[in-house]
Amino acid sequence: MAEEKKLFKVKIDNISVEVEPGTTILNAARQIGGDIVPPAMCYYSKLQGSGGKCRTCLVKVTKGSEADPRPMPKLVASCRTTVMDGMEVANITSPEVQDARKGVVEFLLLNHPLDCPICDQAGECHLQDLGYEHGADGTRYEFKRRTFEQVDIGDNIKLHMTRCILCYRCVYTADQLTNNRVHGVLNRGEASEIGTYIQKALTSEFIGNVIDVCPVGALTDRTFRFKNRVWFLKPVDAHRNCDKCCGKTVLWMRGDEIFRVTARKDKYGEVEDFICDTCRFDTKEASAWTIEGPRKIDRHSVISQGHYVGTVKPKDTLVEVMDGRQPRLLMDIHSVSQVNRPEIDLSKIDGPAHSDDFNNAKR
Amino acid sequence: MQLLQNAGQKQTQTKEQVRRIINEYMGRKLLLDKAHIEGIRYYDTYRKNGGYEAAGKVFKTMSPDLVVEEVKKSGLRGRGGAGFPTGMKWSFLAKPEGVPRYLVCNADESEPGTFKDRYLMEFLPHLLIEGLLIASYALGSHSTYIYIRGEYAWIPDILEEAIAEAKQNGWLGKNIQGTGFDLEIYVQRGAGAYICGEETALIESLEGKRGNPRIKPPFPAVKGLWQCPTVVNNVETLAAVVPIINIGGEEYAKIGIGKSTGTKLISACGNIKKPGVYEIDMTISVEEFIYSDEYCGGIPKGKRLKACIPGGSSVPILPANLLLKTAKGETRMMTYESLNDGGFATGSMMGSGGFVVLDEDQCVVRNTYTLARFYHHESCGQCSPCREGTGWMKRVLHNIEYGKGKMSDIDLLWDIQRKIEGNTICPLGDAAAWPVAAAIRHFRDEFEWHVKNPNAAQQRNFGIAHYADPLPVAAAAV
Repeated sequence: MAEEKKLFKVKIDNISVEVEPGTTILNAARQIGGDIVPPAMCYYSKLQGSGGKCRTCLVKVTKGSEADPRPMPKLVASCRTTVMDGMEVANITSPEVQDARKGVVEFLLLNHPLDCPICDQAGECHLQDLGYEHGADGTRYEFKRRTFEQVDIGDNIKLHMTRCILCYRCVYTADQLTNNRVHGVLNRGEASEIGTYIQKALTSEFIGNVIDVCPVGALTDRTFRFKNRVWFLKPVDAHRNCDKCCGKTVLWMRGDEIFRVTARKDKYGEVEDFICDTCRFDTKEASAWTIEGPRKIDRHSVISQGHYVGTVKPKDTLVEVMDGRQPRLLMDIHSVSQVNRPEIDLSKIDGPAHSDDFNNAKR
Repeated sequence: MQLLQNAGQKQTQTKEQVRRIINEYMGRKLLLDKAHIEGIRYYDTYRKNGGYEAAGKVFKTMSPDLVVEEVKKSGLRGRGGAGFPTGMKWSFLAKPEGVPRYLVCNADESEPGTFKDRYLMEFLPHLLIEGLLIASYALGSHSTYIYIRGEYAWIPDILEEAIAEAKQNGWLGKNIQGTGFDLEIYVQRGAGAYICGEETALIESLEGKRGNPRIKPPFPAVKGLWQCPTVVNNVETLAAVVPIINIGGEEYAKIGIGKSTGTKLISACGNIKKPGVYEIDMTISVEEFIYSDEYCGGIPKGKRLKACIPGGSSVPILPANLLLKTAKGETRMMTYESLNDGGFATGSMMGSGGFVVLDEDQCVVRNTYTLARFYHHESCGQCSPCREGTGWMKRVLHNIEYGKGKMSDIDLLWDIQRKIEGNTICPLGDAAAWPVAAAIRHFRDEFEWHVKNPNAAQQRNFGIAHYADPLPVAAAAV
């Protein structure tokens, strides 16, 4: 009983859920799941301190808490606002939130080059998903989109600054996963960019994870660059013994060829376990991996379409089919069936067999 | 003293009577009363003229909690712009065991049109240091920082000299005046970012990081500088602590109207005869402030008042008719409440006290474009609505100002500002949105004029308005 008392009751879009104190609204919504989960472009549950920047997860708090039922005056970033007991939140039920979110999506796409046709991230891009779900069908921006000079950050990772939405995820990744962060956000305002200031390659055992955490195509895998579209590839779970990381990955294959290796991502597009660069970039022989089975990519994705994942294989072992009954001798139905015409010799029919050969044939 | 007692019976007296009493009693100046004395910048002169007496009084007779109580009683409101009660802010400071607490003085005064803190620091550095001393004592801060705007290149030297003087005379350092209280004051120069005037961005910058505002909560009172409880106060707020201690919180609260207590520095600029920093008690009307010889001295060349930004560039602009009288027809006073009367639909804000007056020749579109350009330049780029929206507004306004605009652009601007306001991490988004919103709300016809007369708009010289039509707003006949 004592533990139950500690839980906070929260209502999100009129759905109640009980969560631990200190949970954010976004995570409470994720516990409910479904359509009411606010989209998040910058929040990453595995990265400390992330979130609050993209403003796509804005929600309206219609009741602050049981103790203080006043609504919050502004929309709040659900990824960084912790729940209070008795809090009521409106996400998809609030037109104000939908309108604000549409505005945020428009802002995010304002300077985005929309070069999806040549972008390696296309098909697994969170900004694409966000644009389809919440965006308008056109832009009202009539000016030149901003561009940046190309910066070389090494042989494995390609930086396209024009596509960046400045979510800071890669900065947190480098801070929290590697020993030395050499990239960061330079300049301010619209001119902000991810860079190393003095051109420098990102070299660190785990730096490849910035590719996985990047919600857009700003950071892509250079060893996979322009090799294939992600939806033509077949993702399979695989593992190998790795002394640096968990070794649990997703291989993106076509036939027996491994095109790229990524970490496993959950349904919110977040990495389950970070993997090392050796697994990601240097281990592309199928022999090095133990393949577990096909991977379902959940996030509103075209990747899973056309792939036979989740199909139910027939249970053909006799024991299961008979469900505990003893098998009886099966009759040879062919010998008694009227359909059966053993007298017609297929080898003597000209060309392919036709129903006429059976039906019109003399008995 | 007789007058002092009279001032206590404010409830039964008219505003004019109260004002007269205060004028006679105080000469209406609390902060700048000694500013004219030659050499007041230096310790000796400052001390001779009653300096550090408040600090001495605090050390001798008051406990830290008593100082906070006194400030609470005074009703002092933050002078940095938001107007949050200072005493309340101080009492919110978390006081966990074994964790240091910090006081930070926000001297990153970068709001266009505001220059009151510069004046205080330049001419009365010891007043600020005394205020910091009292506040640090009240809050239990042993390291206090002055975060000063980088563009004020010469002022840190003045402050550091004053700090050295105070140290020599035993007002800073270890065991101040034998009380056992230690305090060091450090001056930290900013690097020229407007956003570092936002308290959490200031703290980040002070820690040596990129000046991005933090996401609140946690508030600085719980986790501020180096994750310790921190209070960030404006220069003027901290300086005002000195007269509060000198005359007592209750006496201080008697100045002004309602919740706008005490005196406020207003930095007046624009089309007025006498630009400068004025100390007002918050009992005078806006009209008096603009036209009285004691203050701005009216508008030069006999021109008419068109509009005014009453509290620094980020607050909504008000046309003359709404500036002098509220929508209800009452006289608008120079107080927090009165300036905010009618909300943003027909009112504005006291803000940081940057009083910018526009005469009949000024073009509101040009003015709005200039402000939008400023906010575009100063956006930190952390959150998307502000990063992208400020640049978009700037470009649309540029088009309108230079005669390339469309009618739909005005609605577009309105929509952009609506989607920025309230959706950002820090108030810079609001600050960028409000001037645009107010300009369209009150001066839509000027935007339309620019769209309808593209050639005339293109040929206009630096935003001097020569509209064929009479002024959109009936200027007050004063």
